[in-house]
Amino acid sequence: MSRSPADRPGGLPMTSRRSILRGALAGASAFAVPAALAACGKSDTGSGSGGSTNKNVTFGSNYSDDVPKKAIADVMAKMQSDKGYTVKVNTVDHNSFQENITRYLQGSPDDVFTWFAGFRMQYFAAQGLATPIDDVWQTIGANYSDAFKKASTGQDGKMYFVPFYNYPWALFYRKSVFEAKGYQIPKTIDEFKTLCAKIKTDGMVPIGFADKDGWPAFGTFDQLNMRMNGYDFHVALMAGKQSWTDPKVKNVFDLWAGLLPYHQPGSLGRTWQDAAQGLVSKQSAMYLLGSFVAQQFQPADLPDLDFFAFPEVDSQYGQDAVEAPIDGFMISHKAKNVAGAKELLKFLGSADAQNVYLKSDPSDVGANKQADASGYNAIQKKAATFIGEAKQISQFLDRDSNPTFASTVAIPAFQQFINSPGDIDSLLKNVDAQAKSIYAAGN
Amino acid sequence: MTSSPLTAEAPAPQTTPVRGRRRVRLRRYGRRDIPVLVVLLGIPVLLDLALIWATTVASIGLSFTSYNGVTAIKWVGLRNYEQIFTIYLPFWTAVRNNLLWLGVLGLVATPLGLFFAVLLDKQIRFTRVYQSIFYMPVVLSLAVVGFIAQLIYSRDYGVLNSLLGRGSHPIDWLGDSKINIWAVLVAAVWRHAGYVMILYLAGLKAVDPALKEAAVIDGANERQTFFRVVFPTLRPINIIVVVITVIEALRAFDIVYAINSGRNGLELLSVLVTANIVGEASRIGFGSAIAVILLATSIGFVIAYLTQIIREDRQ
Repeated sequence: MSRSPADRPGGLPMTSRRSILRGALAGASAFAVPAALAACGKSDTGSGSGGSTNKNVTFGSNYSDDVPKKAIADVMAKMQSDKGYTVKVNTVDHNSFQENITRYLQGSPDDVFTWFAGFRMQYFAAQGLATPIDDVWQTIGANYSDAFKKASTGQDGKMYFVPFYNYPWALFYRKSVFEAKGYQIPKTIDEFKTLCAKIKTDGMVPIGFADKDGWPAFGTFDQLNMRMNGYDFHVALMAGKQSWTDPKVKNVFDLWAGLLPYHQPGSLGRTWQDAAQGLVSKQSAMYLLGSFVAQQFQPADLPDLDFFAFPEVDSQYGQDAVEAPIDGFMISHKAKNVAGAKELLKFLGSADAQNVYLKSDPSDVGANKQADASGYNAIQKKAATFIGEAKQISQFLDRDSNPTFASTVAIPAFQQFINSPGDIDSLLKNVDAQAKSIYAAGN
Repeated sequence: MTSSPLTAEAPAPQTTPVRGRRRVRLRRYGRRDIPVLVVLLGIPVLLDLALIWATTVASIGLSFTSYNGVTAIKWVGLRNYEQIFTIYLPFWTAVRNNLLWLGVLGLVATPLGLFFAVLLDKQIRFTRVYQSIFYMPVVLSLAVVGFIAQLIYSRDYGVLNSLLGRGSHPIDWLGDSKINIWAVLVAAVWRHAGYVMILYLAGLKAVDPALKEAAVIDGANERQTFFRVVFPTLRPINIIVVVITVIEALRAFDIVYAINSGRNGLELLSVLVTANIVGEASRIGFGSAIAVILLATSIGFVIAYLTQIIREDRQ
């Protein structure tokens, strides 16, 4: 009698048990992802002439937002009209693309795919998942500075990457706010602290801050570490060649802890977009972020936005290093049409292609020296000079270091530091132990 | 509305005559039906073996290795486990959160769901309306619940801080790692209570009214009737509810993932598995080891409970 209703829901735990096993077995099922990834891709083919087979190139794109997606389509249309190549674009959501990159490259990847410069490129190149493109660089090399060339070189000395554009990280502010309050651009860390204290007494947040997503705090660490210990130490630390328990690293966290009271409180529950709104609405006076912060400004407000380099901490290193992550392209190791892919990369590395793309972009700077700067807004012009004058260019913590380390160790550790800045020693000891294990395992 | 399919589909208890009839049929159509049976049974069995057993074994195997998805798999023995227990900070937070999740679902959400069910079973006015309201969060995916939670809890624009009049000193409900787990648990309880309610409601509808009448005639008050007569007859439902609660607590994932990718105080074992395996990290051996720990824990809970039930049934 009363048993009967129980039998029906009795089916439920079965499904739940399966799901739990499925969850537990993400490892194995993860291998099935490439198919789904490929299926997700939307075809944006320019269609048209079938032509000979070597005139068809496939392109895996993570430019999934509307504006950049359209801009890439425009670039590919120009490839079609100028060179007669048909490029089939497979667009995948930005985050999914990144998360699935390993499986994507081992499955059936497109000929050319979008990726990032630095260690993150070298990591995949070193595993044989990319095709070297030294011959492409013979064509385009003259138009790139040494910093770009270095960022495109694999650990084996071969070229693997074609830069498309980049953008600087710096302290952004509104000119009108600084003028109204009579603030001066700080040159040294002491001037910076004095300014922060003054802004705070004026009732504003000195430095906008958000770290809910984990990565924005990397930007702060990179600036502090490069100013305090120099670019070379920073890059060595990122590559796992320096210890996180080095007193130099502790000094960085001590300095940061001293600056934290000037940062916007409640950062761990806030996205960078919300923190940027604080700058837009003049509640925050400054904000350390990439120039993509400009995306949050209305076109009318954009001329009021300006930036300055993070102040000097140690005169030995001055303001030499600039953090300017480069986005660009690589050829997968399984490319079906390598010759065509190389033609596409030559085109994407040209000023022509970058000009087309940058038309729709208010914050990025073309990587090619010859890219037309006449269409740039004030921020882009200043960014181009800023990056051009840099003695060293870093990428970003999660691009300069091992991806496993960045996502599973650095993010939780930095968030814990922001939560309780008092316990730096044991935190760094732990980071060091995990970093050693991850870098030693080579994954 | 929501409860009708539960009661409508109540299958007739299997009795011997039914089984006997099936045996006769089997014999009669044996030749022709064997291939059909092989296909109908074989496919699910193969799928079960391939998708559940093979992957489980693979996970356990991988958990003793270091593997990034590209280069060769390297055997590392117990190193992954050792590191998880010693230097991987998020692990113990995740264990604590999973236990907290289990405790709160079991001690708060489940009794709450039972309470709702008992109230609604009394056919008070607007029963259907309340039922729908309580059940709605179950229909919403936890990711949506997570999104709603953000609208309510956000430090900068959330409703809760305005309601509490803390505009100038807002509480960072989701960003403060000491309190965010509780804020999220409120949302999880809201959802789980509806789920439990619907199960109990179905159970209560099937309780023979004669039992209650008999209890009343024997002089039992309402409380005694419920705890001594009605609740014991709900035993099959109770088993299901307990198992579901344990499983829900151990596989909780989407709500914290929707809020902050399960970091900064919202770590859960399921999130750590994903973060290590599915992300760009590709630390497959390490993630598998966490998955195996999760698997062992869930199986432990379920087996312990089921053996106890079976033992009691035998007595």
